[in-house]
Amino acid sequence: MSDAPQLSRLRVVNLRSHLAGPFDLTLAAGECVAIAGPSGSGKSLFLRMIADLDPNQGEVFLDERERRSFSPPAWRHRVIYNAAEPGWWSESVADHFRGEAMEFARAMAPRLGLALSLLDGPVVRLSTGERQRLALIRALALASPVLLLDEPTGALDEESSQRVEALLRERLADGTAIVMVTHSPQQAARLGHRHLQMAARHLVPA
Amino acid sequence: MNPILLTPVDLAIASVLIVLDGVLSLVLRLGLHRQLAWAALRMVVQLVLIGFILRWVFAIASPLVTLAVILVMVAIAGREVAARPEQRLGRFGNYAVGASAVAIATFLTAILALTTAIRPQPWYDPHYAVPLAGIVLGNVLNGASIALDSLLGGVVRERSAIEAQLALGASFRQAMRGLIRGSVRRALLPIINQMSAAGVVTLPGIMTGQILAGMDPLEAAKYQILLIFLLSGGSGLAAVAVVYLAAMRLTDERQRLRIDRLTAKAKGSRP
Repeated sequence: MSDAPQLSRLRVVNLRSHLAGPFDLTLAAGECVAIAGPSGSGKSLFLRMIADLDPNQGEVFLDERERRSFSPPAWRHRVIYNAAEPGWWSESVADHFRGEAMEFARAMAPRLGLALSLLDGPVVRLSTGERQRLALIRALALASPVLLLDEPTGALDEESSQRVEALLRERLADGTAIVMVTHSPQQAARLGHRHLQMAARHLVPA
Repeated sequence: MNPILLTPVDLAIASVLIVLDGVLSLVLRLGLHRQLAWAALRMVVQLVLIGFILRWVFAIASPLVTLAVILVMVAIAGREVAARPEQRLGRFGNYAVGASAVAIATFLTAILALTTAIRPQPWYDPHYAVPLAGIVLGNVLNGASIALDSLLGGVVRERSAIEAQLALGASFRQAMRGLIRGSVRRALLPIINQMSAAGVVTLPGIMTGQILAGMDPLEAAKYQILLIFLLSGGSGLAAVAVVYLAAMRLTDERQRLRIDRLTAKAKGSRP
């Protein structure tokens, strides 16, 4: 890789909190960084700090514009954190996909092996794997320039994982930058342009 | 028509019923007799004491003393609101939130009633201001503590749902909307039940008291209606105030959900 990257999509500078860091990371458009590391090493914390969901210091730039110049909702709308165990704020699945997002979900569900009828049912009837895929669709529907994915296929079998990866590869081709936490070395090898290891709340090259 | 005054002997006879409760507890091994005796004793001492204090406050009829008495009542109510939830906001947050909400709701409703409907001369006459503030406080306390408990418990329970919305670009206000609505709703249900049951299932306390004190039942009913309106308004105000004040303390300038500002209450501790 060249050491003079073009304009960065996401740039993290000295990001830290009393729990983790400092972290530095730069991603070009269309680049995917895969982060591995044991549970509790700070992988989720790192992603949550970038999304500004946990208190932190340091700077994060999206297309060279600093985070503080965005309102918090505007920032999180562009730099989306997708949790390993996604939350649901309403009983019906459809409430989580409003307007155009619903059309998007109807188009994407079959590609991830999900029955369309799931979209009209209640959240409680979804399996863990179905929830994970639907949450990913929910995040992808916003077409954000950056995705922070926390074990996006953690609850999925091999076939579903491949389907998710195919979808993510399309996003990368469109210029989305992805920071992905994954426990699967194969997945990291397939998707990640770069591989990092989280150890004791610090990032090191894998 | 004059009220029939009670003598200490009358009370002593009635207290036989408490003794009966104690005997029941012993016979059925409920283990409540000691608590029962203690609670009964507390009740008698507290009420007699407040009787003397009110007699003194009424006699000097000073607006400052009246205000001081009401403020003490508000502080105690705030403490009760703060103590009930399982979750605690840091830096005495429960207390600050509870006391402010209770104070806002009580003062607004009590002053409205004193200056428009009841209109004593002067309007802050302690004969009216103190008992009115007291009854409003009792209900406001209930509404505020239900709302606060529901909000703080809900934030912990629904943390992932709230953060999922934040992570997708919702504002803190949007992400909290469902929980805020649910908490205020829960706080208002008791007063709605109370209104529906009034006069059919129960004869409300004020009305009973005034009838016993010799007032015409229809006049007593009118008083009761006024009071229930005040209580509903007060409860609603307190619930809304407590919920918004608490929500403000659960976020920061970057609209995060600051669950780290909550701690679960240690068993048996006070705020």
